[in-house]
Amino acid sequence: MGLLMHARTPVRCALAAAGIALFAGCAQKPVSLYMWEDFPRQQYDTLLHAGVGPQEQIRAMEAHAEKARGTGAALPPGFRAHLGMLQLDAGNVDRARELWLAEKTTFPESAQYMDRLLKRLEAPAKAGQATKTEKST
Amino acid sequence: MMQARWLILLAAAWLGGCATQAPPYDYTAFKRARPASMLVLPPINDSPDVQATPGVWAHATRPLAEAGYYVLPVALVDETFRQNGVTVAHDAQELPYAKLREYFGADAAVYLRVKSYGSSYTVLASEVRVAVEARIVDLRSGDLLWQGSAMASSAEQQQQAQGGLIGLLIAAAVKQVMNNATDAALTYAVLANQRALGAPRYNGVLPGPRSPQAGQVAAAP
Repeated sequence: MGLLMHARTPVRCALAAAGIALFAGCAQKPVSLYMWEDFPRQQYDTLLHAGVGPQEQIRAMEAHAEKARGTGAALPPGFRAHLGMLQLDAGNVDRARELWLAEKTTFPESAQYMDRLLKRLEAPAKAGQATKTEKST
Repeated sequence: MMQARWLILLAAAWLGGCATQAPPYDYTAFKRARPASMLVLPPINDSPDVQATPGVWAHATRPLAEAGYYVLPVALVDETFRQNGVTVAHDAQELPYAKLREYFGADAAVYLRVKSYGSSYTVLASEVRVAVEARIVDLRSGDLLWQGSAMASSAEQQQQAQGGLIGLLIAAAVKQVMNNATDAALTYAVLANQRALGAPRYNGVLPGPRSPQAGQVAAAP
């Protein structure tokens, strides 16, 4: 039995190596560009208006941002913008503005959309957000 | 002798798993357009499951972002559409390119169609399947840059587990995803999206400017 196991070890090694090669060959998954955590799931919950509530999502995302800062990892595209939307819905206008500006700085590709959102923030009389904000405070 | 048999098995698994050799995709328009940002529009749902649109929409971001593109946040885009009276995926996908470009500032839009979602689709009661079709259109020129489709199913996992190693690898990947998502269909939505939109893949989306492999065409498997 012991001899048999011994004889099979190189086969296992070869298998493991082949497994790694296969994985690399098919999936080609190098290091992630971004730290994702639960962000896709959070977007899903927000789209469905289901799962954890906005307050809990804000807490989870702020903790995620903190963790990324700590490890020097990059936050995904749209993360700050999404969190900004949640913060605005919770009445935290300044934090929303800060996050949308940060999205724009980090990803200049978002500038046109962020500028549009920021402009609405500065003209609260026109936007529906103002009433939303008052309601939740 | 034993080793040889394993090698044959491995080769079979490799061929079965990867090599469906299609002719190489024509990337002329994609390379000319060089988009940097992508607006994923709400997916049109051909399945009976109402969660298909959010399920596929929410999970299209990661593969495209990891492929090197800026992807507009879908929940925020959804809110913008709603504030402008666009509440149906079909209507969003009918909007003129110029209007989308003007509003969101994205270089390209991603049009998704969910062909099947969840277990209601097949005769096999135990099968969970998600299938998506994708098109990427340049919002500046209206050119079709890329199109493709992908499917992920619980049946392939069962089949391939008998095939050995690659089945185990897929099972492991699925299990990993399951830790975050309790909904079974969602698991396959993640996989189908990854297969449809992830890069670099043979005949897949070209890696974008934020990827170390920007613009490189993946070799045939």
